[in-house]
Order: sequence, then C-alpha cells, then structure tokens
Amino acid sequence: MTNTLHRYGSAESFRDDYIIFAIACKGKNDDGAVEKLRTFLRICVEHNPVNIGNSDFSSYRSSSELKPSVHWKRQVAADHDSVIAGVHRRATTAAVFDSREKAAACLRDLVEADLGLSINVATSVEGARQVAGACGIKRHSVEYSLGFTDPHDHLSGRQVLQLSTMCGHGMVSSNMAKKMLDMVREGRRSPHEAALTLARFCPCGAYNPVRAQRLLEESRVQK
Amino acid sequence: MVVQINPAKCVACANCVPVCPMEAISIDPSIAGAVINYDECVECSTCYRGMSQEHMNPTLIRAVRRVAKLLRFRFEPEPDVCPTAAFVLDELPWPRIVRRVFSDPLVEHTSTGIHGRGTEEVKTNDVANRVDVGEVGYVIEFGRPGVGVRFHHIQTMTMALAGLGVAFETKNPITYLMTDTATGRLKEELLNEKILSAIVEIKTAVDQVQRVLDTVTLVSKQIDTVVSVGVSTRCDADGNEAVLAPILADLGYSIERAKTNMGLGRVTNAQPAKVAL
Repeated sequence: MTNTLHRYGSAESFRDDYIIFAIACKGKNDDGAVEKLRTFLRICVEHNPVNIGNSDFSSYRSSSELKPSVHWKRQVAADHDSVIAGVHRRATTAAVFDSREKAAACLRDLVEADLGLSINVATSVEGARQVAGACGIKRHSVEYSLGFTDPHDHLSGRQVLQLSTMCGHGMVSSNMAKKMLDMVREGRRSPHEAALTLARFCPCGAYNPVRAQRLLEESRVQK
Repeated sequence: MVVQINPAKCVACANCVPVCPMEAISIDPSIAGAVINYDECVECSTCYRGMSQEHMNPTLIRAVRRVAKLLRFRFEPEPDVCPTAAFVLDELPWPRIVRRVFSDPLVEHTSTGIHGRGTEEVKTNDVANRVDVGEVGYVIEFGRPGVGVRFHHIQTMTMALAGLGVAFETKNPITYLMTDTATGRLKEELLNEKILSAIVEIKTAVDQVQRVLDTVTLVSKQIDTVVSVGVSTRCDADGNEAVLAPILADLGYSIERAKTNMGLGRVTNAQPAKVAL
C-alpha cells in the first residue's frame, strides 16, 4: 500500500506532517510481531502524536452507538489506548506527528528500542533526511512520489486534494472534503470539528487532523 | 449480496451521499430513500463503517423532516452520521468479492496475507531486499484518489509493461491475478469489475527508468482513470541517494514527497536450519 506516499501538496506543506510507521515482513521478522507493534505504538504515544492507527482503527473513529445529543455537543478525544490494545495481527501501525522535532525524538527512541521491525518515515524528502540525520540513521531505501497523472481531468481542485489524499486508501471522499471546506467557509463548522470529521473516515490512523485543520483555516481566507 | 440500504430504515437525509468515494449513492425521490449504483459501487464499506450510527425511529425522523421541510427549517445534523443505521453489509460472491478485497483496507489479500492494497513494497526492503542496489522499483497505482478503476484498464498497462520485458513483483495481488506474467493478461472474468485502487509493481535496472516512465505516461492517456507512480531505490552505504533522484530531475519530475525506509529492520524469526547434503 502506498497509503502515505501520494499526499497532495508541496514539500513546504508537509512541515506539520510526519508519519512514522512500523511493519513486519512475512517470514522474516513477523514472529511476535503483535507485541512489538504494540511497543512501537507505546513509544510513539510518549511523543504526543496527533493520530495513531493499527490498520483496523485509529485514535479517531466512527461510533455505532451515538446519542441524539451528539448533534449539539460531540465529545471527541483521541483514544490512543484502544488503538494499542486493538493490535491483534501483523499489520502496518502508524503514528502521525505535527513537527519534525517530535518525529525525530520518537525515531531516536525507536532506534534505542531496537524492535527489529522495518520503520519508515513518510513526509517531504528533505524532512525525512533531516529526521534521519538527527538520529544518526543511514537511510536504507527511498520511494519517491511522482504525483498523479490525470489526463482525463478527473481530479478535484488543490484544496480538496490536500484534504482527501491524507487517507491514502481513499476512504475520505472528495465530496466529503469539499463539504467540510464549504461548511467551514460558511461558518457552519469550525476547522477543528471539520478536520476530526474527516479523520474519522481513515481507519489506518494516517490522517493528520492538525494539518487538515490548518488547511481548513487557510481555506477561509484563500480565494 | 452487497452493501445495501434498508429502505424501511432510510429517511433520505442524504448524509451518506458525499461520503461515498465513488459517488455511487444518490437520493431517489420516487422512493424517498438513498439508492446505490451497484455498477459504480466498489464495496469499500466507507458508508457502512465510516459513518457513525444512531438508532433513531425512522417514522419519527421522517415526521420531523416533513415538518422541517414544510417550515423551510434547516436542521444541520452531524455530517457523518446515519440516523437510523440503515446500511447493511452482506457476503459477496465471486467475482464481486474482488471489489471489496481491493477497496476495503480492512480486508486481507489472501494472495499476500496483507491488508490495504496488499503489498509491502519498499517498506520492508531492509529485510526483504525486494529492490537491490542498481535496481529501481516502481509502484504504479490506479484509481486513487476518488476515481476508481476497472481491471481492463489495469490490463492495458500490465500488457504494455510486459512488452518491455519488465519483472512483475510476485508478492503482489495484481500479479497473482495474471493468467500469464509474460503477457500481463489478467483473469478474464475480472476485467469489468471496478475497484477503488490497485498497485502494479515492477522493477528494472536503473538504465530503464525513462523507458518505463514514458510507457506509463503514454498508457495513462489511454485509460480512463488516474494513475500515480512511486519509484524506489536503495541508498548508498552512507544513507545517501544520488542515483535515481538526478535521473528523475532530468526527466522533469519535481519530487516533493517520499517514503523513507530507515533501515532498522532485521531478520528475527528463527530460520530453518540448513541441511547438509
């Protein structure tokens, strides 16, 4: 999966978007992977991520038992503990950070923990290089995003793409992103509320609600 | 059958309409309810799983909505809630099940044992060594974001790539669905199935980068979807990458983002003992 590779935006727009994820390779280091993945997430949580996920659900997720009062007052808090407890299989686990410093501090602890899992960082090319450098890591491999080829003009505009592509599996629809942009511009939802609404559709926890909130705030003044 | 909307529960609030990544849900005024275009639906379960649910009485909600409509009063509910839990998820037959496997990230690809789009790519390269020194890996993805793709479009690309003599990654769900990796043909019965996205993975020597990317660009114009490409390579012993990036720059690509394998993985499973012959 290229869930975190093809986020739309300039390198500068990823200044608050650093995803660290862990994955075990089948047949190579997947024995005991569940507990290692939990440890990975515990280490990440110590560095205040803005979202985490275990490939089944994230810190922000939908609920099957809402009460009608939710339409007037919706309590939303990141639930990292359930995500950690919910790791039950070999899968990609991810944590999203809103600063390079936090990502580097987390990676430093992961180096020390020496879990044996593959650890990847998805962000701008330079951002990842700086995070690696801050931890004294020599990068192993790099996968560059060449972006989208859309000769048939299917894709939405820049603001919609920046919001929708933060869920690389495509669970955040373009129309939902557009609806949130409209609701924020019309003053019907705050950027914070709209960002969390979008984050709830991404089950992997790779969605960055802080970047989304910033983009939504910027959309109120952009033409 | 498939993702369904229970007409006895649906109150036509339309909250689910923008939620669908494929724009496959609409409100049918003749039945005053939401309907699904099953040819466009990719069984991603976003409507079923992504929306929160209340369990309100449909009759009550319809009555309230009628009064509000009469008074031109606009109640603005939370936008990601189905008030009556009207969505139902059912078992899928072959070949429609392929839609869910490729579109719902929570479903495992049995061919590779991986969820999502079913491949580890370069993410485990530090232990799997999929892309070695002097090689370039390509992940050619179709349908994302928000467009979808049918397998016959993917086959157009795989056949063109097979014509270049590239090596398809064996641990990849699309390769698994090929009837012949030498031609890039996919299973006939799947060709009209629509999915949210899929990834074709190949690798070549470094000197083939332009040839492959030119082919991908050319074929992308022939298929009615969106294509996104990732290219990967190994860093040198000092952790630098000075081979592929300059080639991409010469070809006119502006590289903004990347996924970086930090090289912390190692083989920890007990390996089978070698048998002396």
